[in-house]
Amino acid sequence: MATAGIDLGTQTVKVVVLRNGEVAGRAKVFSGFDPVKSAEEAMAIALKEAKLTREDLKHVTATGSGMDQAPLKDSTISMMGADAKAGVRLFPKAHTIIDIGAEEARAVKCDDKGIMIDFVVNERCAAGAGAFIEAMARALELKIEDMGPLSLKAERASTINASCVIFGESDVVTLIHRQESKPEIARAVFDAMADRVSSMVRRLGINPDVVLIGGVAKDVGFVASLKRKLGVDLSIPDNPEFAGAFGAAVVAAGRAKEA
Amino acid sequence: MSAPVKYWRWQEYHRVFNDKKWKNKDIITAGVDVGSVGSKAAIMIDGDVYSYGVTRTGSNSPESANKALGMALQDTGLRAEDLKYIVGTGYGRVNVPMANKAITEIACHAKGANYIWGSSVRTVLDVGGQDIKAIRIDETGRVVSFLMNDKCAAGTGRGMEVFADLLQIPIEQIGEVSLRVAEEPEPVSCTCVAFAKTEAMGLLRKGWTKEKVLAAYTRAMAIRMANLINRVGLERELVVTGGQSKNIGIVSRIEEHLGVKTLPSPDWRGEGLDPMVAGALGAALLGRALYLKAQGGG
Repeated sequence: MATAGIDLGTQTVKVVVLRNGEVAGRAKVFSGFDPVKSAEEAMAIALKEAKLTREDLKHVTATGSGMDQAPLKDSTISMMGADAKAGVRLFPKAHTIIDIGAEEARAVKCDDKGIMIDFVVNERCAAGAGAFIEAMARALELKIEDMGPLSLKAERASTINASCVIFGESDVVTLIHRQESKPEIARAVFDAMADRVSSMVRRLGINPDVVLIGGVAKDVGFVASLKRKLGVDLSIPDNPEFAGAFGAAVVAAGRAKEA
Repeated sequence: MSAPVKYWRWQEYHRVFNDKKWKNKDIITAGVDVGSVGSKAAIMIDGDVYSYGVTRTGSNSPESANKALGMALQDTGLRAEDLKYIVGTGYGRVNVPMANKAITEIACHAKGANYIWGSSVRTVLDVGGQDIKAIRIDETGRVVSFLMNDKCAAGTGRGMEVFADLLQIPIEQIGEVSLRVAEEPEPVSCTCVAFAKTEAMGLLRKGWTKEKVLAAYTRAMAIRMANLINRVGLERELVVTGGQSKNIGIVSRIEEHLGVKTLPSPDWRGEGLDPMVAGALGAALLGRALYLKAQGGG
């Protein structure tokens, strides 16, 4: 049986196609100005990789901030619901799932079956999400993918304000004027953001094991800072940015069986 | 190629009230308010304003403090040595090298508002470059209680500068432009300035005019400020200090939301005092009291 999950995020659309519980195809496309078209495009690529057609899909579930706009869907699932499902399917002992995307960060507490118990969310504020790292990379004139590895070379820690992107930018400029090195400033950026995320997770209570998903989980600099701040190890899947779409596809499989 | 236009640039200036005589007067004091965006310095003679200067804060706080005080001294005939007591205040107050003492900007804005508008003021909204404070004061200008926003650029002077740049409207016109809408749009639901950059572009693409986009954001920010005032407890009279007191779009929407008129801002381009200098004025006044106390008088 084949199902699919569509994660329509603020920056990218992700699609995962599942065949008999295994990932058969996946695709990521920038949301752009026409997220519906982008979602159709991502679906076509993922189906091609899986060597399937839309008719082969028994159920399609959409998630993400734009899930209501998603085309080709049979149902929707909240982002927290998709996070929990994905976390537990990927790491069966997972009880806390942290998902950090471009514009939002969430932490979800769930039971053994991947049913959500509680969650906290940081939304409507760019600090504490991927957008923060992006803005700081711009201020540092670094490519975003270079910032993580560079930050690991820092010899000491300095601090910046992570409560607001706009003020964070001016803090970074102040550090540049003070001639702090780029690795140290990069580390300060990740430390500041990890501080924000960890205080959000602590409000929920940390239940081991902790899983980190979302595009920001690919950033080694952020992962190192978050491990330090939380004081626990983090389980990170391959392709963490597809975890939401994967969770939705798992939910779709469950719904297809029920139908 | 011509230099890029800097829409966020606001005017740096100084002024002297020449009708006042400082010769043979004893107590000349100064207040230096180093804010996150603007640095202000005021000089007072026996508790009466004599001159002030307003400049942009650079990356170095002591330099900005010196520059603001230099501007206040300009064309007065006074020298720094003539100043009996200097109080530093604002975000960078611990970095005012010439100050005898540092006092929080909350106490200084309270005192300054009392000086500018008189003893009827009970609530002061100070909108600075980096934070927003609602302050309750008594008839002498003493702080009764206050509330501050979290560190978030929405509605602050810095946030408005980003908007001026984004929409390419000079910062000094941004309030007036935001009122050029036939009908007030719904406020935006997300006030984050970083997201606004992309959201505003989206709205413009949808065919919204610059004026309408600005109105929707200004309204959302004014509501944030009005809520802060309500939380501290609104008591009349209400005044607005700080750079944003010059933003008519913000002030008129706060008035509408609260159903209360603010005391009108002085005509700072004419004979009136600039509400942006309230903190420095308050600091200079508090400096006078401290000087008298140190002398064993007062």
